Amino acid sequence: MRWLSSPRCFRFATGSWTALVLAFLHLPIVVLVAYSFNTSRLNVRWEGFTLRWYAEIWSSPVLLRAAVNSLVVAVLTAVISVVLGTLGAWLLHRHRFRGRRWLEALVGLPIAMPEIILGVSLLLLFSTLAVPLGHGTVVVAHVTFCFPFVLLTVRARLQGLDPALEEAALDLGATPLRAFWLVIAPALRPAITAGALLAFTLSLDEVIVTYFTASPGAATLPLRIFGLARVGLNPMLNALSTLFVGAAVLAVLLARDQRRTSSGPAGV
Amino acid sequence: MRSGAATPTRASGSRTGWLLLPLAGWLVAFVLAPALILLVISFATRDDLGRVVFAFSLENYGRVFDPVYLGIFARSVGYAALTTVLCIALAYPVAWHIARLGAPWRQRLLLLVMIPFWTSFLIRTYAWITILKQEGLLNGVLRHAGLIAAPLEFLYTPGAVVLGLVYAYLPFMILPLYASAEKVEPSLIEAAHDLGCGPWRTFATIVLPLTRPGLAAGVMMVFVPAIGMFAISDLMGGARVPMLGNVIQDQFVGQARDKPFGAALGVVFLLLFLVSYALLRRRAEVRLG
Repeated sequence: MRWLSSPRCFRFATGSWTALVLAFLHLPIVVLVAYSFNTSRLNVRWEGFTLRWYAEIWSSPVLLRAAVNSLVVAVLTAVISVVLGTLGAWLLHRHRFRGRRWLEALVGLPIAMPEIILGVSLLLLFSTLAVPLGHGTVVVAHVTFCFPFVLLTVRARLQGLDPALEEAALDLGATPLRAFWLVIAPALRPAITAGALLAFTLSLDEVIVTYFTASPGAATLPLRIFGLARVGLNPMLNALSTLFVGAAVLAVLLARDQRRTSSGPAGV
Repeated sequence: MRSGAATPTRASGSRTGWLLLPLAGWLVAFVLAPALILLVISFATRDDLGRVVFAFSLENYGRVFDPVYLGIFARSVGYAALTTVLCIALAYPVAWHIARLGAPWRQRLLLLVMIPFWTSFLIRTYAWITILKQEGLLNGVLRHAGLIAAPLEFLYTPGAVVLGLVYAYLPFMILPLYASAEKVEPSLIEAAHDLGCGPWRTFATIVLPLTRPGLAAGVMMVFVPAIGMFAISDLMGGARVPMLGNVIQDQFVGQARDKPFGAALGVVFLLLFLVSYALLRRRAEVRLG
C-alpha cells in the first residue's frame, strides 16, 4: 500500500472511485432510457427501435389524467409556496420578535421531517375535519413541505442584500409594503425564480406525502408510476420514466443558467 | 442581517408584522396540529369496522414493544444505518475529489450528481427493478453468457432493499459532503503535505474534522428518511422485507387498518426523528440549491 501514499496516486484513487460511483449512479438510468425504445416487452434483448411505448402513454386516459393532475398541483404549489415563502423570508429577515427562533425551527421541520409522518398526520387531520381528499388536500400537503425551501432560498439572498436599499426607499417616503414591492422583490427575482422551480420540481416528483393525501381521482403521475412499478416490468413505464429523467436534466440545466445569470454583473 | 436597526425595524414592523400570520398559521395548521392529532389518536382505540374510538388507552404503545414490531423496528434502523454507512463510504472520496477539481470539471461532475438528485427516487428504483427482475437485464445477460441455467432471484431480497436505499439516497450524501469539502482551505492541505503528512493522514486529521458539518447534514438527509421509506422496501423487497414505513402505511391505507396503532408507531418514529434532528441540527450545515 506504500504506493498509495503519494499524492498523485491518492488523486488517481479518488478519481477512479468517483468515476465508478458516477457510473453506478447513471448506468441504471441509461438502461431504463435505452429500453424505453425497445420493441420487446422484456428488458432482456434488444429487438429494435420503437416509439410505440411513448404513443401508448399518450393513448392512456389514466396516465393523461394523472399528468394533468400533477401539473395542476405543481403549478398551484409553486405559486402558493412562492407567496408564502417570499413574504415569510422577508418578514423573518426584518422583524425581531419573541418566538422568532421557534418559528424558524418550525419552518425547517417540514423539510427534515420523514415524509411518511407528514403524510400520515395530514391524512389524520383531513379525516378528523371530514375534509374529502382531492386536489386541494394534495396542494396543501405539497405547499407544506415546498414553501420552506422557497423561504430558505429567498432568505439566503436577502442576507446578501444591502439594507441601505430598503432604508433609502423608506426615507423617500415609501410604505414598507411599497418598498418591498418596488425595491426588494425585483432584487430577489433570481432567488424567487429558483425557489419556484424548486417547489415545482419537488411537487412533481413527490410520492409519499401524496400517497396519503390524494383521492384516486386526484392521483398524480408518480402515484400511478408507483402503482405500475409494483405490478412489474412495463415498457410504457420506461417511456414515462424517460420523460421524467428528461425533465430532471432540464431542471438542472435551467437552475445552472439561473445561477449563472444571477451571479453575473447584474446580480448583487 | 440588519445591525443596529432594531428601533426603526420595530416601528415599521408593527405595520407589517401581521403579514407573518399566514406563515405561522400555515405551519400551525398543517404541521403542528396534525402532529398533535397523531399523538391524540395514538392513545385511542378502534372498533371492528376500523373506525377510531376515543378512549384513552396505552395498548397501542404496548403493541409497539411486541417482539414482531420490535424486530421490524430493529431491521428498519439496521438497514438505514447500513445504508448510511455505505453512502458515506461511497460519497466521501467523490465529494473530496470533486471539491479539489478545477472549475470546469467540477461543474461538469456536479451536474452528473445533480441529475440523479433531481430524478425521482421512484423512477430510479424502477430502473433497478428492470435490471434485477427475473426476466430482467441481469438474468438475461447471465443466461446469455451461459453462467446460469435458470434465472436467479435478485429482487425481493434484503440485499435488494439496501441496494435500492443506497442508490436512492447516495446523491443526498454526496452533495452536503461536497458543500463542506469545497470550503476546506487548500493551503491547509499543502501545509500538511509540506510537514510530511501523507494524503491518508491529511484526510484523517484535516479533511474529516473540517467536513463534519457536511457529514452531519448528510446523515440527517439519509438515516432518518431511510428508516421510514416504505416505497423502496415495497418495490425491491416485496412483502418479504417489511420495514417500519410499510407497517405504518399498512395501518392507514393497507389491509391492517388500525389507525391508532399506526399513529403510535408514527409517534415513536417522530420522537426518534426529533431527537436526531435536535442532535444533528446544530452540527449540520444544510445548504440548499
